Amino acid sequence: MGTEMTVANASSAARTEILRRIRVAKGGTSTEAAAQSGWGHVTREYRRTSALETEALLELLEDRLRDYDAHVVRVGADDVADAVSKILTTRGKRRIVVPDGLTAEWLPEGFEFVTDDGMSATSLDAFDGVITGSTVAIAVTGTVILQNIAGQGRRAVTLVPDYHLCVVKATDVVETVPQAMEKLSGTSELTTTFFSGPSATADIEMTRIKGVHGPRHLDVILIM
Amino acid sequence: MSGVALDPKTSPVFPMAAKAALGDTQMRKNVRHATNVIQTKRGRVVGEMPDWQQLREAGKQIRQHTMEHLDFYLEQFEENCTRVGGVVHWARDAEEAKRIVTGLVKASGSDEVIKIKSMTTEEIHLNDALEAAGIHAYETDLAELIIQLGQDQPSHIVVPALHKNRQQIREIFQRKMNLPELGESPQDLADAARMFLREKFLRVKTGVSGANFLIAETGGVCIVESEGNGRMCLTLPETLITIAGIDKVLPRFQDLEVVLQLLPRSATGERMNPYNSIWTGVKEGDGPRAFHVVLMDNARTEILADKEGRQTLNCIRCGACQNVCPVYRQTGGQAYGSVYAGPIGAILTPQLQEMHHAQSLPYASSLCGACYEVCPVKINIPEVLIHLRNKVVKQNTAGIVGLFDVEAGAMKAMAMIFKSERRFRAAQRLGRMAETPLVRKDGRGVGWIGWLPGMLGGWTQVRDLQEMPKETFRDWWEKRRTNGN
Repeated sequence: MGTEMTVANASSAARTEILRRIRVAKGGTSTEAAAQSGWGHVTREYRRTSALETEALLELLEDRLRDYDAHVVRVGADDVADAVSKILTTRGKRRIVVPDGLTAEWLPEGFEFVTDDGMSATSLDAFDGVITGSTVAIAVTGTVILQNIAGQGRRAVTLVPDYHLCVVKATDVVETVPQAMEKLSGTSELTTTFFSGPSATADIEMTRIKGVHGPRHLDVILIM
Repeated sequence: MSGVALDPKTSPVFPMAAKAALGDTQMRKNVRHATNVIQTKRGRVVGEMPDWQQLREAGKQIRQHTMEHLDFYLEQFEENCTRVGGVVHWARDAEEAKRIVTGLVKASGSDEVIKIKSMTTEEIHLNDALEAAGIHAYETDLAELIIQLGQDQPSHIVVPALHKNRQQIREIFQRKMNLPELGESPQDLADAARMFLREKFLRVKTGVSGANFLIAETGGVCIVESEGNGRMCLTLPETLITIAGIDKVLPRFQDLEVVLQLLPRSATGERMNPYNSIWTGVKEGDGPRAFHVVLMDNARTEILADKEGRQTLNCIRCGACQNVCPVYRQTGGQAYGSVYAGPIGAILTPQLQEMHHAQSLPYASSLCGACYEVCPVKINIPEVLIHLRNKVVKQNTAGIVGLFDVEAGAMKAMAMIFKSERRFRAAQRLGRMAETPLVRKDGRGVGWIGWLPGMLGGWTQVRDLQEMPKETFRDWWEKRRTNGN
């Protein structure tokens, strides 16, 4: 208790001192109104909208995802389970973890799908892979965004298994980063992960190497 | 190779360190190769963006605005982070920050931590402090792991091991991971690192990270990375301790739409880096149960107080200025004696030392302006370099110490000579006599001086000086008049 008090006091003294130094450095204290008004005056003349037709938009996303070593297929809404079956068979994956709330119609017969119930990292490590949905995808950067909601789950589920199959709806695809951030603005406090292709590094002689610590392979099913 | 942290307080001055670095041809080759690759990629993906200049302008304005209201945004971040279950700590300097982090790790009940690459923890030599407290830190970024196992020092903000090639990395891994049969392809090396670290990710219960951005509006933290080691450290441990400079704050969630476009393209030439994580406080069942943020000043308020130097704080640590800098590309990063190398390091490091150390760094530049052109938030690095050179000179010539400053004395003498025509002519005559023993004639009969004594030797260290003309312009002009031509 005694130590905790001392730590709290020290931190509070540090806080007071740092804020004092900032105010002296700037010559005054900032107010919420001044900050808000100043923020509103930032010039934002960069692209915030898209002029692409749906087909061109999806082609751009596919192209950029492939550039990041992801494998992409397009299917109709009724053919997702078939596509999942084909991909998992080709990859040789059988035992798959899925987050709570994943659309049941996406899952084909003949595989072992286990719903995550908060299992340990070691248990997750024993799976062949994971299947999730997604919140939004950015075409121009080849990025898919996951949040902690039904069908996407907690972060460890898409991180520990060696393989990730992600389902993206065409209606959730935007062209630019600002459009994606706008879509996320209502849920900005949810835990959020952006991924652009599988895990990668270029730390050794700037050679791109796939799969260091996250999933080593990424497949994307794009639902029309 | 000493494994001693790069410390501006004890490192040799840049001209000495650079001279030694220039002799390491393998390092120069590795650095040139890596910076060429990044620059080419960067050029390609920046060229794809028709609105790049508008993004740079917005980035600059957002960063400037943040610094103008830094007190408000830090308090707002603290309030929101606390609201969602985080615990915020404040640290005036490196010592205080290290004390807080060490205390928090001990309180977590662990004597090991997994770490994400973080320049801020490098800046304060956190690993040494943890080690001294009996806590072992595992670096999990591939490049940082190479540095840690090789007892080396980082040489680049974004790609800390770019001075090492695959044979050198293989040798380190063979030795430290006990893998005599290890192959030398980059894939073999990455696989070895994956095996080595996965066990740590699954076992160690405490993580330490830096932060790319703190979001005042939500209390959220954002980290960008590519390997997934960041996600591992942020997600799997029970306790997460994030340490960030007070300059890392962003006003609103929406501002990520600008910096998340500027940073990856500038840093590694990617349209987006493979992973971005945004987390806000503690989430039931998802990630650590305890989350701490340490907000560290460590002389950043000193920089804020300097109107000309303040823009240094706008830096988002992309490293683009290092890759284009002709000086960095020859000397590598370690010659700068600081974890912040290259042009941004040349202005950031001396200011973080309150101008008491690293005073040679503002001179470690050709002032060519390439760094300003690539900076995604338009920091005018050459302008700050010149400003800091002024500060260094003023500081060294002020007070009693200034009376004994040889350079300042020489400048005063020069000023006295230039004020009087008679003294100037006398100095010229004296100069011609004094240089005589130093002049050597070349094949065409032109006189050159290859060595000057004392302080003047700095000039002739890397270039020869032509001898003074036998006849000055004034002499020639006067002769011409008397001859009546």
